Amino acid sequence: MSDPNPVPPSPAVNRPAYLDHAATTPMVPEAVAVLTEMLGRTGNPSSLHASGRAARRVVEESRELIAERLGARPSEVVFTSGGTEANNLAIKGLYWSRLAQDQARRRLLFSAIEHHALLDPVLWLGKEQGADVVTTSVDRDGIVRLDDLRTTIESDPGSIAAITTMWANNEMGSVQPIAEIVALAEPHGIPVHSDAVQAAGHLPIDFAASGLEAMTVTAHKLGGPIGVGALLAVRELDLMPLLHGGGQERDVRSGTLGAPLIASFAAAVDVAVRHREVEAARVEGLRERLVHGIAALVPDAIINGPDDRALRLPHVAHVTFPGCDADAMLMLLDARGVEVSTGSACTAGVPQPSHVLLAMGYDEESASSSLRLSLGHTSTDDDVDRALAALPEVHARASAARAVRQR
Amino acid sequence: MSTGGLRLIAAMSGGVDSAVAAARAVEAGHEVTGVHLALSRNPKSYRSGARGCCSIEDSNDARRAADTIGIPFYVWDMSDEFADTVVDDFIAEYEAGRTPNPCLRCNEKIKFAAVLDRALVLGFDGVVTGHYAQVHENDEGLVEMHRAVDMAKDQSYVLGVLTQEQLRRSHFPLGGSTKPDVRREADERGLQVATKPDSHDICFVADGDNAGWLADKLGPRPGTVVDESGTVLREHDGAYAYTIGQRRGLRLGVPADDGKPRFVLDIEPVSGTVTVGPREHLLVDALDGIKPLWCTDVPAGVLDCSVQLRAHGAEHRARLHVVEGEQTVHVELLDPAEGIAPGQACVVYDGTRVVGSATISATHRRAVSPA
Repeated sequence: MSDPNPVPPSPAVNRPAYLDHAATTPMVPEAVAVLTEMLGRTGNPSSLHASGRAARRVVEESRELIAERLGARPSEVVFTSGGTEANNLAIKGLYWSRLAQDQARRRLLFSAIEHHALLDPVLWLGKEQGADVVTTSVDRDGIVRLDDLRTTIESDPGSIAAITTMWANNEMGSVQPIAEIVALAEPHGIPVHSDAVQAAGHLPIDFAASGLEAMTVTAHKLGGPIGVGALLAVRELDLMPLLHGGGQERDVRSGTLGAPLIASFAAAVDVAVRHREVEAARVEGLRERLVHGIAALVPDAIINGPDDRALRLPHVAHVTFPGCDADAMLMLLDARGVEVSTGSACTAGVPQPSHVLLAMGYDEESASSSLRLSLGHTSTDDDVDRALAALPEVHARASAARAVRQR
Repeated sequence: MSTGGLRLIAAMSGGVDSAVAAARAVEAGHEVTGVHLALSRNPKSYRSGARGCCSIEDSNDARRAADTIGIPFYVWDMSDEFADTVVDDFIAEYEAGRTPNPCLRCNEKIKFAAVLDRALVLGFDGVVTGHYAQVHENDEGLVEMHRAVDMAKDQSYVLGVLTQEQLRRSHFPLGGSTKPDVRREADERGLQVATKPDSHDICFVADGDNAGWLADKLGPRPGTVVDESGTVLREHDGAYAYTIGQRRGLRLGVPADDGKPRFVLDIEPVSGTVTVGPREHLLVDALDGIKPLWCTDVPAGVLDCSVQLRAHGAEHRARLHVVEGEQTVHVELLDPAEGIAPGQACVVYDGTRVVGSATISATHRRAVSPA
């Protein structure tokens, strides 16, 4: 461990065909440039001297840029360590403050397909804090059933602390009817939060126009660095803080502001939003080639999620390979330099069937036969070609692996 | 087995042995992929910490070893197979009054079966593990398995269930080394597990309390402890808490007439009767075995050999008879053995070579005149 360089060599000599942009996407050069430049500077944004003011200026300009690109006011941007913290702050902060105002508000409504970063804090509130947590069901394409939500709201609107529904699902790519959900909640004065981690930078997002009270975004899904994100929260929203300390971020989120990460985040948001339309069309084209290629090579493969382009993310393809062991596919593709995801959560690295797919009505068998392939700003035709070239043999072997287990 | 260029799965438990085995396989020119087997449906329910083979810590240790060696690493979920074939079997065997060896069962059904089968269909050529045993191809083109050079670590006993097809795909790079050498090599290779303690107990019994674990699974099954005349000495909550040859923890209260210690001689699972008696009545000079498995050929007729009857147990000179359409064996022990439990494996050796194995189904005691 005497090696002064703690960064081990890059895993592959050849650049892998990286088809896991929904897990994290490479930083855009603009974000890398800002981050590396900023890492050489000193100054605590809360300090009063020139260095501190300079750092603070970077933070505030970044805040203004992010706000502008996402349709928010600068004062609505609360920087966090990422999406998980922003989700925790939103849902716990909302629950605690709404309950403090009215002890009847114990119900939390959340969709059945939330990411663990939202699901687990909700379930924790249910288990430890007396919240009455209510799931909203989704259809086979992974889209929230509005009639189900309406029934739940109207049964007892006064008892609802908050409603949360992700903007776009991380596994299936399905886009949720946020405007309709807000319209259901608004007459009752119920705040709505949305985890827009997968949507920001990929779909047109205007926070003010959405009618949301709070929205989660993170840098590393749109070309920024890992370790920084934000909760956009309207000024009037009363949020109980998770972190107490120096009172940064209007007392909602204490902790020294990470000016380099924040500046790099802003640069990435700026690039992603400005290039969104052109880039989405380009990536959508690659996705089309990919799914058509898969369908041609593996005729029984099922391309999941909505067919309608308006109802799904442009860069995510979710595919079920019936009778095929998806974990084996992942490993064999990896060995051939093609990087994909099974979209499942791990503890000791043991894949669990995805709660998202189960909620959509898939059985465990199909859930364990499914892969997520997600493209991004560095994706090329060559990546698609390499994935398709590897697929036939990988599919045959992984099908045999499933058969051998069921023997 | 030593020629390079094969594609191998290295089963990496997170311990020092499997890490060094994987590193040696890489050095021998093989293309190695590290795999940690997740055997518990809920990792926290099995042993955690340094000594087991099923914990999140072990998975991380295996991952870090793979990083250091520079090989890809994955976790394979074998928890369903493990529960069905090893854990359920362990419970059923104790319930039936027998003493199973789950490590041997795991080798037979998981490591060199489910894992090997999966490896082969995925395009690999075999499996490499950190077991201490030696394999080589003989003049007739058959793969033989021999005891390890380090007799203190020799694990040929728990591998005695492997067939020719399995052995042909198995690689044991540590068979020619001693444990201290392996630890030293791990240290030289920068493997952080170099000083990690060996695992000993059954990995799925979290606290090493076998009887307590079984009691939890099987519930109370009251019965009696009797002497050889049938006199009831005490009552118990489950015969599964007893093992043939056991002396400690019998809590008989009243000493034997001759004042000597008493041992469990027999377990009758249906009535839950545990019979105790003097040590000399534990001696066995013959046994029957079922489900024989042969590493190379089926021995013809009678074989003068030696047998090992428990892990790290002594070798006994023996004469093996294969009977009844090769489905059972009869073993005469030329040196009597003590405390032999049905359910344990009888592994047959010809010198250092493993001939095969059978599961002990019955033992025969030498006639002893009543005291």
